[in-house]
Amino acid sequence: MDQTLEGLTTRRGFVNWLLGTSAGAFLLSVLYPVGRYLVPPKVGESTAAAVTLAIKPDDVRPNTGLVFKFGSRPAILVRSPTGELRAFSAVCTHLNCTVQYRPDLSHIWCACHNGHFDLNGQNIAGPPPRPLDGFVVNTRGNQIVVSKSA
Amino acid sequence: MAVSETRHGKLRTWLDQRIGLADLEKLARKKQVPVHRHGLWYYFGGMTLFLFVVQVATGILLLLYYRPSAEEAYESIQFLMAEVEFGWLIRSIHAWSANLMILALFVHLFSVLLLKAYRPPREVTWLSGMALLGVALAFEFTGYLLPWNELAYFATKVSTETTGAIPLVGRFLLRLLRGGDEVTGATLTRFYGIHVAVLPALVTLALGLHLYLVHKHGMSVPPGVEREDAPRFMPFVPNFLLRDVVGWLSAVAILAALAAFLPAELGKKADPFAPAPVGIKPEWYFVFMFQTLKYLPGHILGIEGEIVGVVGFGLGGVLLLLTPFLDRRAVRGEPSPLFTLIGIALIVYVLALTYLGYTASPTK
Repeated sequence: MDQTLEGLTTRRGFVNWLLGTSAGAFLLSVLYPVGRYLVPPKVGESTAAAVTLAIKPDDVRPNTGLVFKFGSRPAILVRSPTGELRAFSAVCTHLNCTVQYRPDLSHIWCACHNGHFDLNGQNIAGPPPRPLDGFVVNTRGNQIVVSKSA
Repeated sequence: MAVSETRHGKLRTWLDQRIGLADLEKLARKKQVPVHRHGLWYYFGGMTLFLFVVQVATGILLLLYYRPSAEEAYESIQFLMAEVEFGWLIRSIHAWSANLMILALFVHLFSVLLLKAYRPPREVTWLSGMALLGVALAFEFTGYLLPWNELAYFATKVSTETTGAIPLVGRFLLRLLRGGDEVTGATLTRFYGIHVAVLPALVTLALGLHLYLVHKHGMSVPPGVEREDAPRFMPFVPNFLLRDVVGWLSAVAILAALAAFLPAELGKKADPFAPAPVGIKPEWYFVFMFQTLKYLPGHILGIEGEIVGVVGFGLGGVLLLLTPFLDRRAVRGEPSPLFTLIGIALIVYVLALTYLGYTASPTK
């Protein structure tokens, strides 16, 4: 009697183990592809190293700024009150908002959380933890070319 | 049998034999609601539920015209607002009801917190309620982006970026949420799917559990009232339900007035290459967090301010979630003034920061 019971338990135990692992394996075989599916595929970072703007240097008045497309992200071109052209990434280092030029303050400002950057891209007030990435601006004749610093 | 047939009619008897109408009726008649001086707060759970039903109904109607893509979303809502008859009404009610639902939900949450309704055996009711709060905020968060306008675009950019501030898994979660590295059309379709399919499924589960537990345990009587003397009761059907209906009808009147006088705006279409608009603000129930983030400096003790903020709010949420297990005095049925104080401090903090969020100059 005892022997039969024991045999049954081990057999039952074996079947349970088989069922359990099969159920686990089945679940895994469903969850893994679904999990991978939910993660968006990596899209290659924009390789654009330089862009030529559709605006002439003379059309950028002193003490103004404009946001333009640099690869897949926004960048900002600024002409300082003294007439110098500068460009930075327009992505605020705080929470990714797009910054703008404030003529009344003569520096760069982010509307989202009141972050301030000077005309060297340095974070000077508010929550931004890092300076804006700088770009190199070259004027070639009637064209403005902005490129990543080497 | 013959008596019941003459009393209720043949159809009723036929249905009763098949689905057990009499049992349901017995169940409804058994349900009692305590009557005491804090009874007003009992209505806010039902109010939240009613406004949710309004959301489901108007949401289904909006689905018939809405197109979930970066190219068409804004235009489809423009068409809905300008061309479709009563399109403005349906969308405005959807937008306003969403706001009122969150308001009713917060009143419900804080009244439950202050009246200590989370005491045993209602811990799981509290947890399922917190799950519903999470789902409701996720509904608002995903729905806000769907019009694909400037405000929604930047609000989503900022709030998803805060996800990126979560230590270790932040970057991964951010990509998962956005459907890529940036907020794009991929984010819109993702949010749309979450808004109309994933969250409704979750709400069905959490709400089912919540309502079952509320029914099982009955309404909680506040400890203060319990200590004085046993409260009176009123039947749920029809006495309490009819009072509920009065509240719901008032809500419909308020919704209609708000939709007519302050219809939902659409604003400018989202442009990923335009600067964030001046005075950008999230929806009012996120403003206290938004304003806090504004006040945090770039670095606190060497850690980036935004990380401190996000982790702080996360911890606050976890503490709120665990209140039934932390408040040991309330478990023993003793007064727990500390938790009352924390609850009030929380309300004051949220109100004060929200007030500042609306009054502090956005450009200073």
